[in-house]
Amino acid sequence: MSVRTFTLNDQLITAAAGQSILAAAREHGIAIPTLCELEGLSTVGACRLCLVEVAGSQRLLPACTTEVQEGMTVVSESPRLKHYRQTILELFLAERNHVCAVCVSNNHCELQNRAVEQGVTHVRFDYLMPTLPVDMSHDRFGVDHNRCILCTRCVRVCDEVEGAHTWDIMGRGFQARVITDMAEPWGDSTSCTSCGKCVQVCPTGALFDKRATAGGMVKQPSFVKVLQHARARKESQ
Amino acid sequence: MTEAELMECGEKERQRFEAQPLRIGCCMSSGCLSNGSAAVLEALRASALGSDVFPVGCMGPCSRGPLVWVRRGSEIRTYQQLRPELAARAVEGAIDPRHVVSPDDPFFSRQLRIVTSHCGVINPERLEDAVAGGAYRALAQVLREWEPARVCEELTRSGLRGRGGAGYPTGVKWNLVRKASGGQKFVIANGDEGDPGAYMDRAVMESDPHRVLEGMAIAGYAVGANHGFIYVRGEYPTAVHRLDMAVKQATRRGILGKSVLGTKFEFHVEVRIGAGAFVCGEETALIASIEGGRGMPRPRPPYPADVGLFGKPTLINNVETLAAVAPICERGADWFASIGTPTSKGTKVFALSGAVVNTGLIEVPMGTTLREIVFDIGGGIPGGKRLKAVQTGGPSGGCIPEQFLDTPVDYESLTRLGSIMGSGGMIVMDETSSMVDVARFFMEFCRDESCGKCVPCRVGTVQMHRLLDKIMAEQATLEDLALLEDLCDVVRHTSLCGLGQSAPNPVLSTLRYFRHEYEARIQNRRRLTSTRRPLELVSVNGSVAAPAKGGSI
Ligand SMILES: Cc1cc2nc3c(=O)[nH]c(=O)nc-3n(C[C@H](O)[C@H](O)[C@H](O)COP(=O)(O)O)c2cc1C
Ligand code: FES
Repeated sequence: MSVRTFTLNDQLITAAAGQSILAAAREHGIAIPTLCELEGLSTVGACRLCLVEVAGSQRLLPACTTEVQEGMTVVSESPRLKHYRQTILELFLAERNHVCAVCVSNNHCELQNRAVEQGVTHVRFDYLMPTLPVDMSHDRFGVDHNRCILCTRCVRVCDEVEGAHTWDIMGRGFQARVITDMAEPWGDSTSCTSCGKCVQVCPTGALFDKRATAGGMVKQPSFVKVLQHARARKESQ
Repeated sequence: MTEAELMECGEKERQRFEAQPLRIGCCMSSGCLSNGSAAVLEALRASALGSDVFPVGCMGPCSRGPLVWVRRGSEIRTYQQLRPELAARAVEGAIDPRHVVSPDDPFFSRQLRIVTSHCGVINPERLEDAVAGGAYRALAQVLREWEPARVCEELTRSGLRGRGGAGYPTGVKWNLVRKASGGQKFVIANGDEGDPGAYMDRAVMESDPHRVLEGMAIAGYAVGANHGFIYVRGEYPTAVHRLDMAVKQATRRGILGKSVLGTKFEFHVEVRIGAGAFVCGEETALIASIEGGRGMPRPRPPYPADVGLFGKPTLINNVETLAAVAPICERGADWFASIGTPTSKGTKVFALSGAVVNTGLIEVPMGTTLREIVFDIGGGIPGGKRLKAVQTGGPSGGCIPEQFLDTPVDYESLTRLGSIMGSGGMIVMDETSSMVDVARFFMEFCRDESCGKCVPCRVGTVQMHRLLDKIMAEQATLEDLALLEDLCDVVRHTSLCGLGQSAPNPVLSTLRYFRHEYEARIQNRRRLTSTRRPLELVSVNGSVAAPAKGGSI
C-alpha cells in the first residue's frame, strides 16, 4: 500500500493512497464536522460542513470527497471556516421544523450536536417551516419530512447496503423530498424489506421507530461500518 | 464518402446554385417561426414556383422577423417583417422600403461572423447545402494531415476559450483528455443552454447543425474518442429535429460512423434530450443525466477529463466552442488568434435583448466595446430613455453600469467589473429598471433551479430571495442588508457547484454599483415607520406611498 504524506493544521500526517482527507484526519484523532457522510456509505459532499482550506485551491473542498495528495497543505479549523459552518447550520435549522424539545431524537440528534459543537446560539434567518406531511403508514417506522435535512443517507444505505433502493429524492431545490418507491406511502412500498437500516442511519428525527417518544429515539448508525467490514472480510476469504 | 467525394458533392451543389436564377431563403429558426415564418415560406413557394425556395437558419435581427433573403443572379436583398401576403412582391422586388433591410445596416456591418457564418445562409436540413458551404472540409484536412497532438496544439495556439461560461482554454482541455489513460473516451457537446434570455447555441444548432458535428468529430479524433453525445434541452424541438437529421445524413453518407470519410477513424454521435433543468448544463449533472440518473452535480475533482461519462475520460465543450473548431482548423490558429484581445481570442456570439432597438443574435470580435454593441449594432435605447446598465452572464453574471460602457468585452475585463462573460446573454436595461428587482429576478431563478443537493444553495437562495423581497417591499433594515451580504459570501464559497457559487453574483454586482438603490428602499422604510413625519409626504418611486405600506412594523 503506497502512502501519502500531507500537512493538516500544521501537523504532518500519513494517509493511504486514495484515502479522503476526512478519513485520514479521523485516523489521527482530528475531528472535522460532518452530517451527510457516514462510514460505510458512498460520499456525496452535500452538507458542506466538512469544507476545508487546501493550499493552491481557490475553492474550499469537502474533506469527505477529496483524496489526499502527496504534500498537500490542509487547514480544517479557521475563523472563516467556523463562520461558514455556523451559517450552514443556521440554514439547516431555519429550513424546516427543528423544534428539539418535542422531537423523538432530542439529545441524540446529529444536527443538534453539530450546532452545539459549532457554537450556534441563535439563527439569524426567518424560519421557513413549511408544512410537510408525516407518513405513518409503515407498520414499524415513521417518516417526518419536517425533520429531514436531505442528507440522503437513507437513500444510500437502502441502495448500497440493503440493495432495495426503496428511498430516493423527488423534486428540486427547496421542494426536494425523500420518497419511498414512486412517492407512494411507505406502508404500501413493495420494495421495502422493513430492515430499518434507513432509520438507524438517519441523523435527525426524520426517520424513527413508531414506538419512540420525545427524546426516545437512540440510533446506531455505526452498524453500517461494521457490516461493510464484515462483508469485505467474507469476500476476501 | 471519401474526401474526394466530399469535394465533388460540394462542387456539384455549388454548380446547381449557380444554375438557379432565383434562390430564396426564409428563416425557419425559432425566433422567426414564432413570428409566423412557416406561412411565409409557403407563400414564397407559391409565388416563385420552379425556383429554389428553402428554409434557412437564424440571420440575427430576430425582433424584425420573419426574415427572408432573395438572390437574383449575384444580387441579394434581405426583407424584414415579411407577411405571407407580401411574399409575391418580395419575389418581384417591388415592395415597400420599410420591409427592405439596407445592405449597410450597422446591425450587420459591425459584426464579424465566424461561428455563425453559415447561419441564415444555408439550408440546415440538407447535408449537400452545408457541404457546398465548406462543411467537413476541415475534418478531412485534419484527418489527412494532423496527428491528434497537433490538433490540440493548434487549438491551444488559437487561444480559443470555452464559450460555456468559465472560459477554460479549449486546447488545454483537449490535451488533458487526450493524455488521460483508458481506451474508451467520450465527447459531449453541451447544448443545454439554460440561461434565461440566451439562445446562441440554439441558433447554431438550428441553423448549422453540421458545423457542430464537425467540431465534435475533430474533437473525437484529437482526444481519442469514438463516441459523442449532443445534449440538447427539451425546449428546443427544432434544434433536436435538425441535429437528428444531420446525424442521420452524415452517418448515411459515411461522414460519421465506422469509417469517417473513408479513414480508420471511427466516430458515432447520439442526440440526447434534457428535461430543461438549468443545473443539467453543469457538466457533472449533465453527465449524470446522460447516464440516465437524476441530473445532480457532484463534487469536482475528479474532473470529467479523468472520470466522466460512465466513468470514462470525457471531453465536454459548449456548442459554440465546438462550432469555432472547424474554422480554426481550416484557416489556422494564427488567423483566429489575430482577432480579439491578448487574452480573449476570436469572436463571441451574444443574444442581445432588453431595452434596445435591435434585439437578436450578434457575433462580434472579442474586445468590441459594450457601447458599440448597444448603440451601433443594437441601435440604442428606444423611447429616448437613458441606458442604466448592461447585464451579462445571466443568473451567474452581473450588471455593468453606464460609466463602463467603453469597456472591451473580454473575459478579464468583465470579471474585473464584477460580471462574467457567461454564455452570451446580454440584457440592456434603461433608467426605469430597478436594480434590486433585477437581482431579485435572478435570485428567484436560481432558487427555483437549485437542484437541492447542497444546503447553501438550496436554502441560501431561498433566504437571499426573501431578503431581497423584503428590501423591494421597503420593509428591510440595514441589518437585513448586512445579513444578505454575509449570506452572499457564504453561499458563494460553500456551494457544491457553479450554480450556487455564482448565484450571489447579480446581488453582489448590483450592490457594488447601485448600493444607493438598496439603501434608498431601506431609508424609505425608516421614514414610513417614523411617527414624527407625516406619511403622505413620503415619495416612493416618484409616487406617494400608501400609508398602509409597511405600516405594521
Ligand atoms: C449551473 C450551471 C449551468 C451551466 N449551463 C451550461 C450550459 O447551458 N451550456 C454550457 O455549454 N455550459 C454550461 N455550464 C458550464 C459547463 O459546466 C461546462 O463548463 C462547459 O460546458 C464546458 O464547455 P466549454 O469549456 O466549451 O465552455 C454550466 C455550468 C453551471 C455551473
Ligand atoms: S460530510 Fe462532507 S459534505 Fe457532508
